[in-house]
Amino acid sequence: MRHILSILVENEAGALSRISGLFSARGYNIESLTVAPTEDPTMSRMTIVTSGSEDVIEQITKQLNKLVEVVKVIDLTEGNHIERELMLVKVRAAGKDREEMKRLADIFRGRILDVTDKSYTVELTGTCSKLDAFLQAIEPGTILETVRTGASGIGRGERILRV
Amino acid sequence: MQQITGAEIVVRCLQDEGVEYVFGYPGGAVLNIYDEIFKQDKFKHVLVRHEQGAAHAADGYSRSSNKTGVCLVTSGPGVTNAVTGIATAYLDSIPMVVLTGQVPTHAIGQDAFQECDTVGITRPCVKHNFLVKDVRDLATTIKKAFYLAQTGRPGPVLVDIPKDVTQAKTEYNYPKTVSLRSYNPVTKGHAGQIKKAVQLLLDAKRPMIYSGGGVILNNASSQLTRLVRLLGFPCTNTLMGLGAFPGTDPQFTGMPGMHGTYETNMAMQNCDVLIAIGARFDDRVIGNPEHFSRADRKIIHIDIDPSSISKRVRVDVPIVGYVADVLDEILRIIESSPQRPDPAALKAWWAEIKEWQRKDCLRYDRKSELIKPQYVIEKLYEVTGGDAIITSDVGQHQMWAAQYYKFDKPRRWINSGGLGTMGFGLPSAMGAFLANPGSTVACVTGEASIQMCIQELSTCKQYHLPIKLVNLNNRYMGMVRQWQEFFYGNRYAESYMNALPDFAKLAEAYGHVGVRIDKPGDVEGALREAFALKDRLVFLDFITDQTENVFPMVPGGKGLTEMILAEEL
Repeated sequence: MRHILSILVENEAGALSRISGLFSARGYNIESLTVAPTEDPTMSRMTIVTSGSEDVIEQITKQLNKLVEVVKVIDLTEGNHIERELMLVKVRAAGKDREEMKRLADIFRGRILDVTDKSYTVELTGTCSKLDAFLQAIEPGTILETVRTGASGIGRGERILRV
Repeated sequence: MQQITGAEIVVRCLQDEGVEYVFGYPGGAVLNIYDEIFKQDKFKHVLVRHEQGAAHAADGYSRSSNKTGVCLVTSGPGVTNAVTGIATAYLDSIPMVVLTGQVPTHAIGQDAFQECDTVGITRPCVKHNFLVKDVRDLATTIKKAFYLAQTGRPGPVLVDIPKDVTQAKTEYNYPKTVSLRSYNPVTKGHAGQIKKAVQLLLDAKRPMIYSGGGVILNNASSQLTRLVRLLGFPCTNTLMGLGAFPGTDPQFTGMPGMHGTYETNMAMQNCDVLIAIGARFDDRVIGNPEHFSRADRKIIHIDIDPSSISKRVRVDVPIVGYVADVLDEILRIIESSPQRPDPAALKAWWAEIKEWQRKDCLRYDRKSELIKPQYVIEKLYEVTGGDAIITSDVGQHQMWAAQYYKFDKPRRWINSGGLGTMGFGLPSAMGAFLANPGSTVACVTGEASIQMCIQELSTCKQYHLPIKLVNLNNRYMGMVRQWQEFFYGNRYAESYMNALPDFAKLAEAYGHVGVRIDKPGDVEGALREAFALKDRLVFLDFITDQTENVFPMVPGGKGLTEMILAEEL
């Protein structure tokens, strides 16, 4: 099962390596990991997308909580939440493909950020699966380059993660 | 306020923390700190001969005293040499503060002389570590290190101090207390869970108490002993928990696990309620976890570390908290309850256990013309009146010491259970003696293990540490040889200890007393003479039966009850 863990962590040098080191040392998966400071500059918020059985996720949560620099951990997938990922994708857009590429970008509510006579650079935001769907919808040969941020997540409604 | 250097701050912090001994080895990056140590006499510095010894000595000091061990090493190789000792302490949750020198801040990352990424290298084997880049953070960081090492689940904490930080000046202010918003271990057990646990205990028909190192670390031995006696249940102590409940008590069934007693392993598997107290269902204790979980029993688990709970075995009643506090609460509830465990059921259960005990799984050939290692340990127990602090290295001798020396008190059995570090015995004995001056300290070792830190014989000479070394010399890495005999068709690959030194002469060369014993009839006399020499280190080199194996044995990956017993071979 796929889980999205949201972690508040002290914004200190080495905190990221403690967390990534924990995942590699104990053989847990990381599908994606994003991190940036919060409105409180002493704290960073990290979103880790991982997968595993309920037992494994329970251990991951406990092990994360055990790290001295980790302030709080929640599993967003336990409740209603919003998940977004940003992708920039550079695609071949020449000749007869050009119109079709524009149409597809529109359908996925993508924005074209950069244009040359042979390519578009498209910005797409959505759940990870929506971004996957876009990449599957276009001809694989037309993809020149992709860059994805990994998912960020937040609880819906009153569900708040803060100190 | 007066400004002092970082080096003075380090020394003042250690003094204010009440540190008695620092185990260490100087080098370039810590010279400023050593210069300040030279100028003071509030704590003593013990110069080891290799940094691994410093970490083990600080560790042995802590295990035998419940104080925090402190070691001090230089950057680069000083740190990397100490890593084995730090990892040893980490796996057994020993409170320790490791101070390490680092190259100056401006040189960090430049591949400077004796530079290594200390924080990076030690990250997976410490509870926490710090790199201090500003002298103004130094005192608070050292306070945090002691606080983290001692609270919650204890462990080693490392503070890496660049050389320029030890030169820079600031005002000294050692905080009395410190708190971290991200570190709040749960210490008080959940009341509802405790009630559930008590009910399970009182309703149990075939109960088993399984206690581990956590009981010793949390000084909960008296609570455990009261609980076992109040309930009348059988009790086992793991390798790390020996001495928490008296080894001579009839309710003690022996150690569990790979080399545990037959009756304990049978009881662990066949009980209807198992209460694990400060123990972590280690692979060497429960064997194959799938086989272990197949048994139909309820499990209560008390531990300070939530991540130890349901890690390897699903439990029914988890209780997170300090075991001493949780046991106090359990005792209070039971004592005020009119209910007691069903005496008839308990009687029947004890009868079953006594039947298992009739296997006499620890018997060995007492008529042998060769010295049997088990016999040496039995005599060691007699000669020391069961009252010595025994440290050990790792291998067969460690298991025999654990099986045949009956520990009645906590903090008397000092061994590397988690990491299984050969070379641990001698330096940890040094720390144990310094923490318990005047006490009898013996190190049970083997001819392979002792050679991993044998240089510390020199430290023992310098500081007059009258440790007794009991070397069970079978000319083999015995446990490796045993596995090769059982599982590798007697192909003894690289396990024969060739070209051994004459240990008695070697001990004499270091300025100690050395004795070689090769006849069973001489064992007791040699031990008596050695322990009578109160002020000398004596190296007793017992030439033992090479073919002796440790029994019972649960082969790796097998179920706890799938034991090999001595007579089956």
